Order: sequence, then C-alpha cells, then structure tokens
Amino acid sequence: MADQQDTITGIDVPVYLKYNFTAGAGPARFLSQVKNGKLTGQRCPRCQQVYIPPRGSCAACGVATEEELVLPDKATVQSFTIVSIPIPNNPIKPPYIIANLVLDGANISFIHLMSECVNEDVRIGQRVQAVWKPEEEWDYSMDNIRYFKPLDEPDVPVAQIGKLPVSGWEGMSDA
Amino acid sequence: MRDIAIVAYHQSRAVADAGACNEVEMIMPVLNEVYGQVGINNAQDVDFVCSGSCDYMQGAAFAFVAGVDALGAVPPIKESHVEMDAAWALYESILKIRMGSAESALIYGFGKSSPGELPIVLSQQLDPYYLAPQWIDTVSLAAMQARLLLEQGVITERDMAAVVSRSRRNARQNPNAQLAGDISVDDVLAEETYLSPLRRVDCCPVSDGAAAMIICTEDKAREWGVPYALIRGIDHRIETHHIGMRDLTDSASTRLAAERAGVGDGPVDVAELYAPFSHQELILARALGLGEQTDINPSGGVLAGNLMMASGLARVGEVFNRIVAGEAQRGVAHATSGPCLQHNLVTVVEKA
Amino acid sequence: MPESEILNQAFELGYTYTRSTGPVVGRFLTGLRDRKIVGIRASDGRVVVPPMEYDPDTAAELSEFVDVSSEGEIVSWAWVKHPREAHPSTEPFAWAMIRLDGADVPMVHWVQAGDESDLHTGARVRARWADETVGFITDIAGFELV
Repeated sequence: MADQQDTITGIDVPVYLKYNFTAGAGPARFLSQVKNGKLTGQRCPRCQQVYIPPRGSCAACGVATEEELVLPDKATVQSFTIVSIPIPNNPIKPPYIIANLVLDGANISFIHLMSECVNEDVRIGQRVQAVWKPEEEWDYSMDNIRYFKPLDEPDVPVAQIGKLPVSGWEGMSDA
Repeated sequence: MRDIAIVAYHQSRAVADAGACNEVEMIMPVLNEVYGQVGINNAQDVDFVCSGSCDYMQGAAFAFVAGVDALGAVPPIKESHVEMDAAWALYESILKIRMGSAESALIYGFGKSSPGELPIVLSQQLDPYYLAPQWIDTVSLAAMQARLLLEQGVITERDMAAVVSRSRRNARQNPNAQLAGDISVDDVLAEETYLSPLRRVDCCPVSDGAAAMIICTEDKAREWGVPYALIRGIDHRIETHHIGMRDLTDSASTRLAAERAGVGDGPVDVAELYAPFSHQELILARALGLGEQTDINPSGGVLAGNLMMASGLARVGEVFNRIVAGEAQRGVAHATSGPCLQHNLVTVVEKA
Repeated sequence: MPESEILNQAFELGYTYTRSTGPVVGRFLTGLRDRKIVGIRASDGRVVVPPMEYDPDTAAELSEFVDVSSEGEIVSWAWVKHPREAHPSTEPFAWAMIRLDGADVPMVHWVQAGDESDLHTGARVRARWADETVGFITDIAGFELV
C-alpha cells in the first residue's frame, strides 16, 4: 500500500475459496486399495491399455475403465530429472531424482521419487521397486510409497518400456 | 446463411451432490447418450468439439482439461472450450459450422458446484475492484433486483410465487428435475423469507451434472437419418458490469438479442428461460415479448435444477426435445450469465 | 467392479492477486483512504459512483471527477438473515444499492442495522470509515442509518 500522500496505483486482492474436494469414483477405488498397500490399475475395455493411477476413463478412447487388476510394485524408468532445488516443507534434500515410472503390467507412467541410487547412474530403462512406509502409516495416498530404489535387473530397451506384462521383465524374458 | 440442425441432446439428472463422480465420470454417460442418438462412436466422429465449464465451481484447476478425457481425443481432435455456460459453446460451434470449418459439432457443459459455496464462488466473477472484494453473493444481488421490481409495482410477490408453483408442477414430468411437486401460490407465500425479499423457493437449487448436444448441417442430419430441429437464429448481448448503471427491472440485452435472433418473426409455442430466480422469469418473458400462447419452462426451468455451466445449453435442448416430439413447431431458448441477468443469449429453434 | 467409497478432502484455494488500479479506480481508492468519496461524470452528465473508466453507453473515456457526499439514500436492499463466512458482518445485515448525495447512480455496499424492520427503501445512510483506511473498497466499513 502507498504512503499517505501517494495516489493508489495498485491493490492486493487475495481470494481464498474453500472446497470439499471429492476424488472421482475410479480414483477412489484406486486410493482405497492403495491404503491396503495394493497398486490397482484399471484396463480400458476398448484398447486394453492399463492405467495407474486411474482417473475414471481411458483418455484415448473416452470410455470408463472399470476392469481392475492388481499390479506389482516393480517399475521401469521412462524418464527422470535431477532436481537441485528443495521441495518446500519436505525433508528430501536436493539433489534428488523425480522420475516418470511405468509399473509392470501398466501402459502409462506416473511421477514418483527415486532414492538409494547414485543419481549419476540413473537412466531410462532402469528397473526399480517401491520402498513402502511402515503399514501403520498407510493412507489414501501414493505417498505410502516413500520412493523407488534400483533393482538388480537388466535394463528394459526403450521400445519395451510401458509394454511389460504383470509378470515383469523376467516374464518378458521367459516368453 | 445455412440453417444448422440439432440432432441429439441429453442431460444428466440434476442432483444436489454427484458424490464420488468426477467431471469425466459425469460427462461420459451423457456423451454416450448423444452418440447413441445419432449412431456414432465418439468425438472422433464429429468435426468439432466445444465445451463450457468453470474450474472455480469445483476448485480444480484445469478440470475442463480433465473433461477432455471423456472424449477419446486420440488421435487429436479439433477442440475448444469456453469458461462460460455451454450455450456459448453452442454459439462458437454454430460459427464454426457457418464458416465452413466443420459439418458437425459436439457441445457439452458440466458443473460440479457441490464442492464449493456457489454464491460466494460466483461473487468472484464480479468487478474485481469494487464488488468482488466485498464478497457480495449472487443471491443477494438478485434479491435487490427483486425488491426494485416489487417496490416499483412491476411485479407482485404473488406473480413470483406463481412462477415457483408452475415450475415445481411442470418439473413433475421432468425425470431430470431435482425439485418437483405440488406447491400452491399460497403455500409459497406462506414460507418465510430467506434473503428478503426472496424466499428459498424463489432461488434455483445448486446442482451437479452435465448436458451434451450434437449439431450439424442439414445435409449431415439427413445423412445420419435422425429427427432434427433447425436453429433459425442466435444472438447474445451483454450489459455493463456497473450494477448501478443498469435498469435491473428490465433486460435490455435480452430484448436486443431476441430482436436480432428473430424471436418476433413467428409464434413462439414454447420457451425455456434460464431464470435462476423467480422474478427473473418475469423480466425475461417481458423482454422476449412472450404472451399467453407460449408455454414457458415446461421442464420446470432452472428453479427445478440448475446445472451451472450447462443449464443454458439445457434450455436449447429442452426446446429441441419438444419440437422433435411434435409438441411444438417453434420455440425460444434463453441462456444467461453474470449477476442479475447481465449477459443473455437467445436461440430460436424451429421444426425442420 | 466394487462400489466406490466417497473420499473427501477439505481444502482452501488461494489466489494472491495484486491488481493495478489505473488512474480512475486509483483516484477513487485514494479518496477512500482520505475518507472521501469521488465519482465521475458520464457522457450524459450523470455522476457515477464508483467511477468507471469508460461510459457504458457511448464508450467515451471519462475523466471529470466529482466529489460526492458520504451520505445518501437506499435505492434497494436485501436482508441477509444468515451471513456467510465471507460476508463483511457476522450479524444480520443488508446489502444495499445506495445513491449518495451528488451522485446519480447507486453503488453497492452493505448497511448495518439491528433488524430488517429498521430498513426501508429511501432510508438515509452514512458511510462508516474503517479505523485504518488503506485505499480499498472496505475502507467503508459499511453504512449506517442516519
């Protein structure tokens, strides 16, 4: 605000609005199972793509994804970035890794953290597995997974990322 | 100018709280209904898609983008959005077809108002220097408008009560209505005031839901081989944001839009008016020049259920339904936006 | 498919906007800070409060400021029995369109009154100034009956 003698040229007009957000029906089914430590994808009845976390529809086909399947907590790095700035109010210290990960059996990536890794060694195609919080801390949240850590498995070729079966990379190799 | 045909329309039931349904889950069933009416698969089978919604309703940034997940937009589609009632998405779609850029268009509107405090959310669409920082809600503004009409002798409380009574009675035939029933004029007048001079029943309810429509050229309508009605005129006009500068007892913008849309060029069998408050229906009927021969709000209008951001499109859809059902030859649909009927859109629909 | 639980989470959305006022709105808000109310003359000679930058009828740029009184009369009003959390008063109050003396069109603000029956159209009201005025519409802490 200006001094007493100055003409007003600008004002602060903060707007605060209160809401009661409701998760969609599809997301709510997913979150209810995450609370029990289960990662549940939803399959499109038309194109067969598996979404996790699901949002209620297959965005490609515009149809509801009602069939559910439990997926393992192993994933492949689709892309990643090394972050050198802190997350406000978060104990994670930079530099840390944020990655796009695709769970085995899923076709769409989600974003999560990676840790217990050498940042410089992280790479596209790397195999990772979830490190869960203690069960008593589980909530309706992907935060139940603290982060993903590297697995001692061969990398997935780029063309195969997002196409692994539920049985994972090993299932793929057997085939 | 070539006429444009309405070939399909559907709306969800107006409910006070859609519960777990998110925007995509609200939109998909409505879209499937209109696809079914013309026999198409999804949005890939129309040339253009335009939607109307407002992210502030549910407080979810880019909820309108999430809505696109209901369309099947792979490969990419021609899509647009208005942060307004979907009646204005219809307007944009009509322009698109008239320009020759499309033969057909899908229009949808959706609103999930239940997560927020709608009258307060809407206060933030007001002038941001003088009004929005006072948090004056839309119901209060409408109440001041009603008092002007009452005290100037333009209408009576009994006139307002008659609007409410008819709305509830008509809504009994509308499976999508949220509020329906038998309530006499005297019953209404016996209710206490809520935001004086308005009673609660003078105000539309807050509803969650969605509506969708498919329009196309007349050639395309014949190709699809479905019953259709023709849009003969459409126009919209807006008034100043300075409430004090407006004559709130009239709707100059509706009057002008009606003239430009050609409302007076023939008899009006049916009119669906977006009047969120009972007194506003009286203002609109006068501004549109509607008389005894017009059946006003046979659906119950928005006093029976108000799908914010879809109710304007729903008015057009209701008129379309009457015409293809053979109950009317010619009808008028009205949509509004802003405080005290600030912005008004008028559409004339006729039997093909 | 199992039934969905309804999962809710209350939250507050904040938009910390700042706005440039421009010369017309700025002049009005500066006036409020100094406990004065200023209007502007429209193309047809009417004095408009709060002032607008352009005439809504002619689109002419307006520039002739006119001081108006902080007293005036109620043109219309709405009685708020149950104030909302965002409203300026926790007690029942009225929103009102108030035509200030010297102005030709009403402005929207709120009126403190003990009871609905204390108010009527045509009632005289006067602006109450906030203890500290900063150049904002709420520098008028409502109006009160004269």
